[in-house]
Order: sequence, then structure tokens, then C-alpha cells
Amino acid sequence: MVRNANDLGAGLIYITCGVAGLVMARGYGMGSALKMGPGYFPTVLAGLLIAIGVVSLLRSLRGPVVGRPRLAYRKLAFILVPVVLFGLLLRPAGLMVAVPVLVIGSARASEHFRWWHAVALAGGLTVFSVLVFVKALGVPLPVLGSWFGS
Amino acid sequence: MHDIWSNLGLGLATAVSPSNLLYCLIGVVLGTLVGVLPGLGPVATIAMLLPATFSLPPVASLIMLAGIYYGAQYGGSTTAILVNVPGETSSVVTALDGYQMARQGRAGVALATAALASFFAGTVSTVLLALFAPPLAELALRFGPAEYFALMVLGLVASIVLARGSLLHAVGMLVLGLLLGLVGTDVTSGVPRFTFDLPDLADGVGFVVVAMGVFGLGEIVRSLESEDGRSLLAQRVSGLWPTRADLRQMAAPILRGTLLGAALGILPGGGAMLASFSAYALEKRLARDPDRFGRGAIEGVAAPEAANNAGAQTSFIPMLTLGIPSNPVMALMIGALIIQGIQPGPSVMTEQPQLFWGLVASMWIGNLFLVVLNLPLVGLWVRLITVPYQLLYPAILVFCAIGVFSLNNTTFDVYPMAIFGLFGYLFVKLGCEPAPMLLGFILGPMMEEYLRRALLLSRGDPTVFVRRPLSASMLALAAVGLFLVLSPAIRKKREQAFTEE
Repeated sequence: MVRNANDLGAGLIYITCGVAGLVMARGYGMGSALKMGPGYFPTVLAGLLIAIGVVSLLRSLRGPVVGRPRLAYRKLAFILVPVVLFGLLLRPAGLMVAVPVLVIGSARASEHFRWWHAVALAGGLTVFSVLVFVKALGVPLPVLGSWFGS
Repeated sequence: MHDIWSNLGLGLATAVSPSNLLYCLIGVVLGTLVGVLPGLGPVATIAMLLPATFSLPPVASLIMLAGIYYGAQYGGSTTAILVNVPGETSSVVTALDGYQMARQGRAGVALATAALASFFAGTVSTVLLALFAPPLAELALRFGPAEYFALMVLGLVASIVLARGSLLHAVGMLVLGLLLGLVGTDVTSGVPRFTFDLPDLADGVGFVVVAMGVFGLGEIVRSLESEDGRSLLAQRVSGLWPTRADLRQMAAPILRGTLLGAALGILPGGGAMLASFSAYALEKRLARDPDRFGRGAIEGVAAPEAANNAGAQTSFIPMLTLGIPSNPVMALMIGALIIQGIQPGPSVMTEQPQLFWGLVASMWIGNLFLVVLNLPLVGLWVRLITVPYQLLYPAILVFCAIGVFSLNNTTFDVYPMAIFGLFGYLFVKLGCEPAPMLLGFILGPMMEEYLRRALLLSRGDPTVFVRRPLSASMLALAAVGLFLVLSPAIRKKREQAFTEE
């Protein structure tokens, strides 16, 4: 059976991406090798990727046993969810809300999380972002978003 | 020869203007900073700062960004020696002997060795850059689409040969990157590809977005997995100056490390990290008593430090002369040039001589700054090492998020960054090195375009690639490389070289 979980996982990712690429590229027009359409190069690459995925799957059946990698799901979520929230909140709520949400949310991923540390850091970084990015560098970031009537 | 001196003179004149000196200083200080701080590398830093270079003149922005890259090679060694945690991947091997030297009370000597080795390597590779870039650019001016395509094939093969870890996954990540690079509107036909009908994806996913996701967010999650406090070995570093015996012992390794690093830096997929690994392996093989390695051998600090700095600097050669990035940092440099409205390629040197030579000269000045920054001021950086990571990474996240927004002033880019953060973390956990993916990502669309253009020009005759001598020899070289790396004997050796630490 499967001996190398890493090769299995990577192989599955390659095959998934390859198949998705192949299916989507079908509608792009292949053209010919001499006059390539927009679908030609992606189709070749997707096919290659699937082949690599198959080799990786076959390889996972041999060799020394490598266990399933332990993923830090909780920490991963504590980093990625606040980043997505930042994107969602920036326009409607503005920097004053989005930065603290990002900082306090992501700070919880750490084992050394302290509420007051995170709040102080969030305050400091919000002020820093407004002063440096908005005032000094002139990035058109909303300080307060549409929810606050601006 | 005369040309070189007058060119270097022009470069020096550009680089020593007060504002350029300032940007050089800012660059190397930032570089040392990110080198010292683990979990924040030059790729993520340059990606974050890229939008801020919009308003700078091209020379200043390139000088500053370059300073970050080679500065990080200096800073990374400080952490490696004093804390046994490499600040950068390129200083992983420095930690082996450097930390042991520090434990024997020779931290100062180890730091001085690293700085001297880096400075020597930096000086030599500045000269190499000045010597070899112009003829290469001249050759590249004669390149047609067929040659460019062949060159990219050669580059991709080289990056597979030199990639760390599993060969299969190096190829897999590369092809995945090539495919992901095609997201967006096809230049030739105007057909949107892999865009899921989202208008935000019509221009594709930005390279900076991918780099920040994979190397910024992914790296943060990985660093958070093991949050052990970092304990400093020496609060105060004294006895910086190496003895005469030390100097004699390090001279040859520095020279070998410099040459090896400079050679590997030019190759795609090479750069600083590979250079330091190979230099360490070489010294160990050449040593009369290899047992000393890992127990505080000064050669084990000198050679890799020289190699990583030389590699960092010579990796600018293909970027500046051919417009082809050899590693993710160089891809960002190309991004910086494009932001400034400069199309990277062989014509940069003739059309923008003060840009090219100013950058070259600034590297030498930057190396001088770095020696000063890293030897007398080492105490300052030592204190920074103790900044707790839980205060650092939320700040990195804020800079990444705002940096990605400011690229196109759209919040959409934040989401692909999060997705690539997930990918970056997953791939590393699965034992797939993500660097080839980034290389493929940037080269994918270029390769497709040159391939189509070459075939169009030859009226669909595919033999164009072998009929033109330059392109044929590059493809032949790529075939030899591929054959070598697939032959079982070499494959075994290659895997040994990367596990040997």
C-alpha cells in the first residue's frame, strides 16, 4: 500500500491541477503545432503535469515509509482567515478596522498570545499604516470605509 | 579593458550621489535586518517594498532592492552563528560550524570571518559582473525568439538539476508554475485563460502576489509550528579580530567559495542558497581532517559565507543582460524595472548605462557599508534577534496585505495571496521545494510567446531551433544536463550533495 504519504499528496495535487487545466483548456482552441492556438501550450503542460502526478503516485508505493505530514490546521486558519477578512473589510470598514482585525486575529496563532500585547500591537500598527502608507506614501487606502459614510 | 574603467567610473559617479548612497544604505540596513530576523526573507521583503519604489528614480530603487538581497546574506550569518537559527536559508550551513565556534568562545572571530569572507566575495563578484555582463549582453543582442526559447529551456533544466531535494518534485513544481503563469489573457489571441470569468484575473496573478503568499504567509505558518524561544549564546561579542593563523586558514576557502559561488550564482535556480551548500561540501571534501567540520572549523564559516554573497551578486548577470530571472529575487527585480517602464534585456546596458553601472558600483559600496554595519555594530543586531516572533509576524502580515493592495489598488489581490500562502505551506510540508514553481511562473508566459513567435517567423518550421547554431547548442546543453541528472550514478551523487550537512 501507500508507503510515502508525501509523494501521494503531491501526486494528487499535480493530477488535480493537471486535470483542471486540461478540462478548462479544451475551450481555448488548440490550433496546430505550427500555428499554436491559445489552448496548445496549456494542454501540453497540463498533460505533462498529470504524467508527473502519476509517476509520483507510483513512487509513493515504494521506498522507505514516510508518514503523513502533520499540518498545523489551527495556526494555518488563524493566519489565512484574518488575511481574507482584511480584504473583505478594507473597502467597507477601512484601515481602522481591517488592520486591528488582521493583527488581533492572526496574533492568536501564536502560543504566546496575550490579549493586551495583541491590542497594543494592533493600535501601533494601525497608526503606523495610516501615517506611513496613507499620509506619507499616498497609497489610496480608505482610513474609514463606506460603512462610516466616507 | 579601458571601457570597463570608464564604465565603472560612470557607475561610481552615479552611485556616490548623496541620494543613491542613502538608498544603498537603507537597502543594506533593511537587508541585514531581514537577514537577522528569522521567518522574514529577502523575497517577501522586496515584494513588500516593490510598490514603495514607484516614486523613486529607477537607479535608486534598484540600488536599494539589490542591497536588501546581498545585505540579507550578511545578516543571516549573524543569527546562524549566535543563535544556531539560520536567518536565511543560505546561512543554514554557516550555523553548523559558526555556532560551534561561538560555543567555544570564538563568536567574534566567526562573525569577523563571515564578514571578511562576504566582503572579499562581494568585491570579486562586482568585478566579475563588470567583466562578463557586457560581452554577454552583446551576444544577447543577436538573440532571436528561437534563441530565447532555447535559453529558457536550458535555464529550466538547470534549475531542475540544481534544485534542492527530490528531482521529481522539482519538475512537478516547475510545470505547475509554468501552468499557473498562463492565467490571464493570452497575448496573441486575446482569449482569457483560467480566469474563472473574473475580470480581476484578466491580467493574470501578479508575481508579487505569489511570492508574498508562498514566501511570506507560508513561511509564517511554518515558523509558528516551532515557537521555541531563541536563546542568545553571547550577549556581548568581543575578540572580533581573527589571529594570523585564522587568517591563513581561511584564505584559500574564501577564494574557493567565491569562485564556486560566483559560478553557481549565474545559473538559473542557483543563487545564494545552493552556493553556500556546495561550498561547504567542497571544503569538507578537500580538508585533510574532515572530522573537524561541525565542530567549529573556520573553513566551514569562511567558504559558505563567501559563496552565498558571491552567488547573490552574480545572479544579477542573467537578469541584467538577458532579462531572464535566475531566482525569485531576480524576478522581483525585473518587476521593479517594469514598474519603472524599463524593459529588462540586453539593451538596458546600452540605453541606460548609468542604471547598469550605477548598480554594479553600488554593490561594492554596499558591501563596504555592510562590513561596518556588521562588525562594529553587531551588538545592535544581537539585540534585535531577541525580538519575540509573536510581535513580528502580525506586522509582516499587515505589510504583506497593504503591499499587495497597493500594487493595483485592489482588494482582490489579497485573496490569491492567501491561497498561495496555503499552497506554499502545503508544498513545503509535502517535501516540495517551491522555488522552481516561482521560476516557472515567471517564465511560463515568456516561453510560450517566444515559442510561438519563433514558429511564426520560421513559417511553422520546427527545425528552426536546431538550425540556428546558438539555439541548437543551448538545447544540446539542456539535453546533456537532463541526461546527466537522470543517469542513476549522478542522481545518487546529487542527492548526497544536498543531504550532506
